[in-house]
Amino acid sequence: MSDNAYEPVIVGFLCNWCSYRAADLAGTSRLHYAPNMRVVRVMCSARVDPQFVLKALREGADGVLIAGCHPGECHYVEGNIKTLRRYELLKHMLTQFGIEPERVQLVWASASEGNVLAKAVDRMTEQLRALGPLRWQETVVQQDKRPVSTDAVVEEVDRG
Amino acid sequence: MAKKKLAMYWAASCGGCEIATLNIGMKILDVDANFEIVFWPCVADFKYEDVRGYPDGYIDLCLFNGAIRTSENEEIAHLLRQKSKVLVAFGSCSCEGGIPALANLTTKEEIFRSVYLENPSTDNPNGVVPQPVTEVPEGKVEIPEFYGMVKSLDQVVPVDYYIPGCPPEAHQIAAVLDLVMQDAPLPSPGSVIGAGVVSVCDECPLEKHEKVIAQFYRPHQKKPEPGVCLLEQGIICLGPVTRAGCGAKCPQAGMGCRGCYGPLDNVVDQGAKILSAIASVVDIGSPSEDEEEMAQRISAMMGTLADPAGTFYRFSMAHSLLQRARVDGSGDGEGGKA
Repeated sequence: MSDNAYEPVIVGFLCNWCSYRAADLAGTSRLHYAPNMRVVRVMCSARVDPQFVLKALREGADGVLIAGCHPGECHYVEGNIKTLRRYELLKHMLTQFGIEPERVQLVWASASEGNVLAKAVDRMTEQLRALGPLRWQETVVQQDKRPVSTDAVVEEVDRG
Repeated sequence: MAKKKLAMYWAASCGGCEIATLNIGMKILDVDANFEIVFWPCVADFKYEDVRGYPDGYIDLCLFNGAIRTSENEEIAHLLRQKSKVLVAFGSCSCEGGIPALANLTTKEEIFRSVYLENPSTDNPNGVVPQPVTEVPEGKVEIPEFYGMVKSLDQVVPVDYYIPGCPPEAHQIAAVLDLVMQDAPLPSPGSVIGAGVVSVCDECPLEKHEKVIAQFYRPHQKKPEPGVCLLEQGIICLGPVTRAGCGAKCPQAGMGCRGCYGPLDNVVDQGAKILSAIASVVDIGSPSEDEEEMAQRISAMMGTLADPAGTFYRFSMAHSLLQRARVDGSGDGEGGKA
């Protein structure tokens, strides 16, 4: 695959009660938006274990979008507040792994906000296009397969 | 009856596992009576050549501690796998990378720069940095290659059993050795042995209430109130997501569980689990109408947790889903390539 063919892959975790319906609405309203998101329906955004996010990134996703009901409107009262807390801590931790904050995003979209969800997907797709592919397995995990040398360090010393 | 053949090896490790093994006390005499030591660099003089000379499957029980950091570690892992009937990943480093695997948050180049050139205690006026092969007048000198990433034992060879812990508790080691000495049937291959199936919290006697964390404290910042759950006091403790087996010694001494016994069954990523658990009980104050303001407030609170990656993956980095960090130059996904 040439670099020109890069299309960002977004794994989207959408809550059953708001955001999945927002996606439905975007479809029935015939909104045009980027086709880059692969949707996984979950009962609540709080169902999204951080393991899901890490696994998606490891297995080839360029970004992960989590979408749920607005705070105060969660079907399970405060599931989305738990999501928000986990998401903020996860973002802090992912910067230590060298993963840009744009790659994991949290969006609130109610069942009547098909346009909000569509815009979020459009925006995220463009951000990921600018960042380039993640390809975690090939470029990060497998990186010790490439010949690693300390030549750079040695050259630095030689230069004084 | 012929004695069983026992081997113990250290790869990238600190030697604590060997100490823990000797900590089994008088039982070491039973070990001597029942086992013939055929390879144990820490306590007896054997050479790699001796092991190469053994027939395949000659060693009945091989306890392998330490992570895979260099080509020597990997070579001996393959050799001992070939020569051993039962190969046990012994200790956190061997099971899931352990402390050495925290180096996966940086690069080989950075490590060499720190260790050989920039460390304040380094005295290296000529800037000598070790090379795998060096030409000298007498010929070529070779030393093992330092890999770009730390791996667990099971990431380079198949492993029969795991005995977790940093180090494994002496009574757990003794129990496992007893089983082998009595010829008792071993559990199914791939099992974690010498440890529990519940979490450290289940074993921990500290009093637990509903958890709400208003502020995070590092161990040196707060004297914990005795007898009360540390997590409730804002001291990070990995007890909820860590396998029992140690008797919850650290929490009882006022130190949050560091997670050395590894994740529970069916958990892939210990760090993600504790992240989830801790974030869920953080106090967010009063819910706000302003979504943006609330997100920023929570983000600021989470930012006060020092070094989340190193804290949550202190022992399990090599076995985590991401396995290592992407550091400058380690990936080709940096912007503008699309």
